[in-house]
Amino acid sequence: MRLISSIGEWLDERLQLASTIRETAEHVIPRKTSSWFYVFGSAAFAVFILQIVTGILLALIYVPSAGEAWNSLQTLNHSVALGWYIRALHGWGSDFMVAIVLIHMIQVFLFGAYKYPRELTWIVGVFLLLVTLGMAFSGQVLRFDQDAYWGLGIGASIASRVPVFGPLTVNLLLGGPIIAGATLSRFFALHVFVIPGLLIAFVGVHLLMVVKLGINEWPMPGRLVRKATYIKEYHELTKQDGMPFVPDAIWKDLFFSALILFSLALCAYHFGPFGPSGPPDPTIIQTSPRPDFFFLWLYAILSYLPASMETPALLIGPVVGILALLLLPFFAGEGEKSWRRRPLAVLTVLLVAVALATFTHLAQHTPWSPVMDAWSGIPIPNQFLKNRTALERQGALVFQEKQCHNCHSLAEQGGKRGPALDAVAVRLTQDQLIRQVIQGGGNMPAYGKNLSPAETTALVAFLQSLHPAGQSPAHDASRTIALGAENRGAASPSP
Amino acid sequence: MTSLSRRALLMNLGIFFNSLVAVVLAFPVVRYLLSPVSRGRKDGYESWVPLGNLDQFPSGETRLATYRNPVVNAWDGDTADIACWVRNVDGKNYQVFAINCAHLGCPVRWFPQSSLFMCPCHGGAYYQDGSRASGPPERGLFQYHYKIDAGRLLIQAGEMPTPGQASNIVKGIQPCA
Repeated sequence: MRLISSIGEWLDERLQLASTIRETAEHVIPRKTSSWFYVFGSAAFAVFILQIVTGILLALIYVPSAGEAWNSLQTLNHSVALGWYIRALHGWGSDFMVAIVLIHMIQVFLFGAYKYPRELTWIVGVFLLLVTLGMAFSGQVLRFDQDAYWGLGIGASIASRVPVFGPLTVNLLLGGPIIAGATLSRFFALHVFVIPGLLIAFVGVHLLMVVKLGINEWPMPGRLVRKATYIKEYHELTKQDGMPFVPDAIWKDLFFSALILFSLALCAYHFGPFGPSGPPDPTIIQTSPRPDFFFLWLYAILSYLPASMETPALLIGPVVGILALLLLPFFAGEGEKSWRRRPLAVLTVLLVAVALATFTHLAQHTPWSPVMDAWSGIPIPNQFLKNRTALERQGALVFQEKQCHNCHSLAEQGGKRGPALDAVAVRLTQDQLIRQVIQGGGNMPAYGKNLSPAETTALVAFLQSLHPAGQSPAHDASRTIALGAENRGAASPSP
Repeated sequence: MTSLSRRALLMNLGIFFNSLVAVVLAFPVVRYLLSPVSRGRKDGYESWVPLGNLDQFPSGETRLATYRNPVVNAWDGDTADIACWVRNVDGKNYQVFAINCAHLGCPVRWFPQSSLFMCPCHGGAYYQDGSRASGPPERGLFQYHYKIDAGRLLIQAGEMPTPGQASNIVKGIQPCA
């Protein structure tokens, strides 16, 4: 014990750091700030440290070469002792980090911590969010599998929409004309050197400001922030009712970080590493690329944007979003901090959260994608074939053969791209069905060139049989008058 | 006082020398970083690549073909093998479509039964002639220029087609209503 303290004294005589560290650790914080709401920043930091450690461990084996990266991931998963677990920790660490950074941001927003004098802390925090997302995306690229390959294709396609500089941007992004070795190498450099460098620098400035400016006090409804008086009020608060961060408050941060790291370790153990999915061979086209969890919402938005909105939304949307976050403390730098008196702030958080959750949920089910094997893999349910005429059953065959099932569901099975057809006969008359099949429209391809008259007749007969029992199919009243009552019966077979 | 301003002058000179070196060194650094752009713009990335003999592409059918990208590094692995769709229109005329969806570049699949190309990502669909059928794409599939030489089908390829690219080889088709 005496040896340790004498070594410590020897070191500090030369380093001269002990007093600075002690001052920093023991800086006074308002007593009420020692709260379970103020633990997310330190938890994000803990996960970041874990990411650095596991990232270095992975780099011992990983080969950043387009020809070998995928094989080296297989080696990590299957041949290196616990290589799969280190990959799982790093992958889950990424998801945990994005999640905690987002929660931290919401807490800071709702508690008004971005207001004077902590505007710059917030702005650096926004950059930290961006570089964290940059790490998540570039890390997904380093898992050089099919998802990574086609994800890069999507990135390049978005970049190409930049006016004038689009093609140049694509070449710079990919490091050449196609997604290949140079692409992986530059994303490796980004993920391992450039972005972590920025991240460490931003974290340093962020923490420095937290210590120098003091942590945000617990917001009290009615206690307004005024630039003229805030600093004085804060110092009075810490003087009257303050306590040192170490050891009085830090135990909550430590407990929560441990809980997060433990959950992360458990998730990694239980769910294992992410992928890799199939090898990055672009001639294997039987693939449905999916982005990682935290980019699913974007995937959904890209599917729903109308074509005319796409380029403006892709290029202007992110700029507006980031600017709004950066400018927030300049428009709301003073005034009420408590979320109890800021309904607009609460509603904004709820709206964004619900929107992102909805898009993420949709992207997990991808109703916009045709089910590529529905025509051959999902049979038409029995109830749509029972007691049908030969013509109608022939139409059911056409329905499968022409892959209508890929986009249209029957009894909840099949594609969700187009409307479900369980009761289509109630919605459309015979003429309307024929027109829709032949001419398409409303986002449906036209099949006129691809269906013989006999096939069209059979298909429409089948579609006309799709109506609930006891509900008669739609019919054109004018037809009944023009052609006589018997024609109406022919157009709508009995249920 | 004079000695102090002399030192200040020396410091400014020192900053100037370092700035000079920084500017000089910036040229090779920027030139190096822009290499993917400058190389492609000078010589072009595209060249004629063979897809195979014509008998691989029967009349009236659409078949998958693959080629090795003409611009390639030894460590590119499988990524330099690119797929495309070859449509033999009538035995004389051909259409060669890029595999990349004109929306965001995912690989489109050909369904001969319904004569449609479908994209697995965001649900774009195209007719057999490559024109847009439905979904988010703003235009039809990208097409390569092709030529027939000694019984072989060749296309002008080398660069990944993207929606915003004014590449000289990848021509667009007018989108169908």
